[in-house]
Amino acid sequence: MNIVKLIGLVLAALLFSSQAKASLEIVITGGIDSGRPIAIVPFTFKGATLPQQRLDEIIAADLMRSGKFSPLANIKMPQRPQSAEQIDYAAWAREGVEAIVVGQITEVGIDRYTVNFELVDVLKGSNTANRQALNAGRLTGSMEHILDSRETTINGSQFRQYAHRISDIVYEKLTGERGAFLTKIAYVLVNRKLEFPYQLVVADYDGANEQILLRSKEPLMSPSWSPDGTKLAYVTFEKRQSQIYIQDIYTGRRTILSSTPGINGAPVWSPDGKTMAMVLSKDGNTEIYTMDVATKALTRITNHRAIDTEPSWSPDGKELLFSSERGGNPQLYSVNLLTGTTRRLTFEGEMNLAGSFMPDGSSVVMVNRTRGQYHIAKMDRQTRFLQVLTKTNLDESPSVAPNGSMIIYSTMHDATQVLALVSMDGRFKARLPAVDGQVKSPAWSPFL
Amino acid sequence: MKLNKVLKGLLIALPVLTLAACSSTSSTDQSGADTSSMPQETVQVETVEKVVSPAEQMRQKLEALRQENTIYFDFDKATVRPEFIETLQAHGAFLTSNPSVRITVEGHSDERGTPEYNIALGERRAVAVVQYLQNLGVSSGQISTVSYGEEKPVDMSRSEAGFAKNRRAVLVY
Repeated sequence: MNIVKLIGLVLAALLFSSQAKASLEIVITGGIDSGRPIAIVPFTFKGATLPQQRLDEIIAADLMRSGKFSPLANIKMPQRPQSAEQIDYAAWAREGVEAIVVGQITEVGIDRYTVNFELVDVLKGSNTANRQALNAGRLTGSMEHILDSRETTINGSQFRQYAHRISDIVYEKLTGERGAFLTKIAYVLVNRKLEFPYQLVVADYDGANEQILLRSKEPLMSPSWSPDGTKLAYVTFEKRQSQIYIQDIYTGRRTILSSTPGINGAPVWSPDGKTMAMVLSKDGNTEIYTMDVATKALTRITNHRAIDTEPSWSPDGKELLFSSERGGNPQLYSVNLLTGTTRRLTFEGEMNLAGSFMPDGSSVVMVNRTRGQYHIAKMDRQTRFLQVLTKTNLDESPSVAPNGSMIIYSTMHDATQVLALVSMDGRFKARLPAVDGQVKSPAWSPFL
Repeated sequence: MKLNKVLKGLLIALPVLTLAACSSTSSTDQSGADTSSMPQETVQVETVEKVVSPAEQMRQKLEALRQENTIYFDFDKATVRPEFIETLQAHGAFLTSNPSVRITVEGHSDERGTPEYNIALGERRAVAVVQYLQNLGVSSGQISTVSYGEEKPVDMSRSEAGFAKNRRAVLVY
């Protein structure tokens, strides 16, 4: 390596680390070796100005966080191929690797880079290689081992985004389900040292590219994404009472949705975006209502003197899941919006709260309290089998990725509130602490 | 500290203080008369006991009430514990005799449980306090409520003692 390249690398490392010091960091706490083994080979670079971010690192981190893949450490890679033809399949098969991503970055102009990549199936690749050996001298042309290959030209600021795009493609090709690496999270950052201690923030799902949407002197709560991903509904106490607002994340335009006496809380958009479920106490008790977003007409859904809260829509929009303490302790119930039939869903544990459906409606994710411990759990709707997914403390506010692969939630770590990720099978675990302050109320965006 | 005792104390102490003030004035006058060796009792100075204005009395009471404005609750409960009844009675007495005064009752919870459930719990605590005050004759128009749930803890230690301090309703004048 020549000295210019070395300086370039050092600079890139410095730039990358300063970028990583946004306000959230990712600390992986478990499950990196339990997924399917794959390899993301560092992309070769042709050009003078080294890009600031490493595609292979971002892709590997994405795939690992899904809990479904265990990317091979660079140091264990038997070779560094830059395209499918250079792959020594036997060597990769010995490492147990199922699939390999190889690629190149070529600087094609000022701040312009062409990125090529190939996703290669190791087993199919070695079969093809064997056939080619048998048919030596004859062009076989079989490309079935190349699961995907693309070429795109991007600028320097798009590396991170394009890496997530590649992760999405790899994830979908290998699992058959859509990737959610290009999605965002909204959350509330609380830093009591600031003049405006409460901030509503939107960032990439991994905490990068954080943008503050609102700063307030009074608490902010319960951000909820519109199904088209352009707006957030949330609760603000700026008038010393709770109010529900909608804010366009691109134009910043704010509109007030509800400001009744008492509680105005827990807004959740219906899947078609036309109705907002919410919690109001204007009629005496804490009850669930739905509001037509256009006309603001309210429909009362629950009517019970016990606390009813935390509405969440079924994927088909026909049911609402909610927490109620009508049975003594808070448990999850569902109500059919057409018939009004209400059913209790959870019976296990001292409390079950903050329920939400998985995108396919098959299971429900919730906060389960057992022996005084609050953990994130998942329950199959058919079998009612309840699986506790986390071991962290005081877990709350779970929000499921739009492809159902991961849950982001808020938890307590060393007396500080931080965000945490857990894969749906409970294997991969990570923490996203704020560099300064507390983070809470995460909400995962829909596919953008 | 028992609020009623403080108030009663103030009621007794204020006249005594004013009495003390007027007796000291007359004694300096007398001592002045002694040193000047003037013929005695040419004049007799009398004073009027200074009446504390109603506004001043109200300010002093408010000050005392503000000192004692927090009601603490048990975990997941919204029942006013007996030791806070005296505090609420003092606030109730003040509010019924000063119907123009308005207060906000803030309900709070500790950080256990979910934020939305805690908003509902905080609301319940605020409402429990409001109902108690209304039973004492305070007009509903004088009181508004807001629940902050677990969003505004006063103790950030996340210990049992800290949680206990955060489970509260606060009467804000």
